[in-house]
Amino acid sequence: MQIYLPIAEISVNAFLLLGIGGVVGILSGMFGVGGGFLITPLLFIVGIPPTVAVATSANQIVASSVSGLLAHIKRRTVDFPMGVTLLVGGLIGSGIGMVIFNYLKSLGQVELLVNLCYVVFLGVVGGLMFIESVRAILRSNKGVIPTRKRHNWVHNLPFKIKFRVSGLYISVIPPAAVGFFVGFLGAIMGVGGGFIMVPAMIYLLGMPTKVVIGTSLFQIIFVTAFTTMMHAVTNHSVDMVLALLLLVGGVVGAQIGTRIGAKLKAEQLRILLAMLVLGVCIKLGFDLFLTPADLFKVG
Amino acid sequence: MKQFLIALFVLLALPARSDEIVLGLSQDAVAITANFTGSQILIFGAVKRDSAPDPADKLGIIITVAGPSEEVTVRRIERRFGIWVNTDRVDVDAAPSFYAVASSAPLTDILKEVENLRYSIATQNAIRSVGASVSDSQEFTDALIRARQRQDLYQTLEGQVDFEEDTLFRTAIDLPSNLTEGSYATRIFLTRNGMVIDEYDTVIPVDKVGLERWLFLMSQQQSVLYGLLSLAIAGLAGWGASTLFAALRR
Repeated sequence: MQIYLPIAEISVNAFLLLGIGGVVGILSGMFGVGGGFLITPLLFIVGIPPTVAVATSANQIVASSVSGLLAHIKRRTVDFPMGVTLLVGGLIGSGIGMVIFNYLKSLGQVELLVNLCYVVFLGVVGGLMFIESVRAILRSNKGVIPTRKRHNWVHNLPFKIKFRVSGLYISVIPPAAVGFFVGFLGAIMGVGGGFIMVPAMIYLLGMPTKVVIGTSLFQIIFVTAFTTMMHAVTNHSVDMVLALLLLVGGVVGAQIGTRIGAKLKAEQLRILLAMLVLGVCIKLGFDLFLTPADLFKVG
Repeated sequence: MKQFLIALFVLLALPARSDEIVLGLSQDAVAITANFTGSQILIFGAVKRDSAPDPADKLGIIITVAGPSEEVTVRRIERRFGIWVNTDRVDVDAAPSFYAVASSAPLTDILKEVENLRYSIATQNAIRSVGASVSDSQEFTDALIRARQRQDLYQTLEGQVDFEEDTLFRTAIDLPSNLTEGSYATRIFLTRNGMVIDEYDTVIPVDKVGLERWLFLMSQQQSVLYGLLSLAIAGLAGWGASTLFAALRR
């Protein structure tokens, strides 16, 4: 069934969009990532103009994150004080990031920078997580119970707060800084930043994996809602029909994803997310080196 | 076909001038609805004349349909340090979003180059690019034409106009599904021995209708409300799915 999208000004297959939304929704519910780093390239392939793809995927991520978050709230795996701390840092970071982004855009090489950012961050984050999860799985197969490293330098900073759900008593500075950094990168790379946020919460803040996902979804909702509004007001590039088709698939997928996630062990979840991140990294890396079909680009 | 013939008889009954184009269109407007998958417009007509044509003359019909023009940036991609990066750019001043040129014979046979330039008929002449900062700006224009041809936005339909007895002509132009809104300028040229002897201009409006139009206007004119509505739909859909799945589990 073909449907004409009023803002994207192109006719596409409705079932294809439902499918894309569904797949990304499953991943979102499983791993707590928004899925922006997946859905935007997929929409490019379908033929949606880049500005519409970026803006509309932000809107669809709001929907799948709300759906996933509600499932996590029922399971009591959302750390709200932690989420708010991350969010405050995140909004400040994303505000500054947007200023820098517009400056780079005026210089003309923003696209290359974004791609390089993707390859470097996806590669580092995915690689480290992959190695760590493989070690964790090997350890648990040997029957050794891992001891969580309770104290590193992060735990010696002032302004300590109890984050009860996460079982942490740490300073608000590290979470706020993580939020700021992710918000900043997110604004430059045009994504919510879940794939950086999730590993940062696990490894830098030492939060339990199951709490990380719900908390990450909580802060992603606000960051992507902010992004959606910015795009709707400044570029008029949010396509409501496209968003509706994606999010119908997305919210259903997120519910399924949350249930799959609940059945898997923490280190299994981490290794799957690591593989996904590395896969996208390799694809983007290849594109930088591969000879394009046409040596000119329109638009 | 019956309608087509009736229309032709009506057209032929009109008062005459020497070698004049009379025209009919299968539809005088294109409406983009939610299930729009492209459209075909039939352009037909006749050459009205007082006396029989001189058999030595070579007559030709050329039909062009052009969408609204806009500025387009074309970038060259080059390999630097092993990776492909954007280098030179050319801002093409005005390129039609859609351009089809159909003719009764190969363009070079029925149109002199000077007339082609004067009336901006061939696709490369319909694109305006002046003051480019690079020496080979023609390559950038060619790249733009290639890219749009791949999307069926630029069509060269040489020999696709049926021109019978040097009098009746008809052609069909396929409008693709990735069509933009606007006034589509349609021109019909009658040529004799390569020179344009008559031109007929008309406009086919292409507009979004119904829900498509409403959403588009709202996104432009009430963007804050539009953004909030998008977020509300997203939030509701998320909540709805969560509630539905919770109910299904019970």
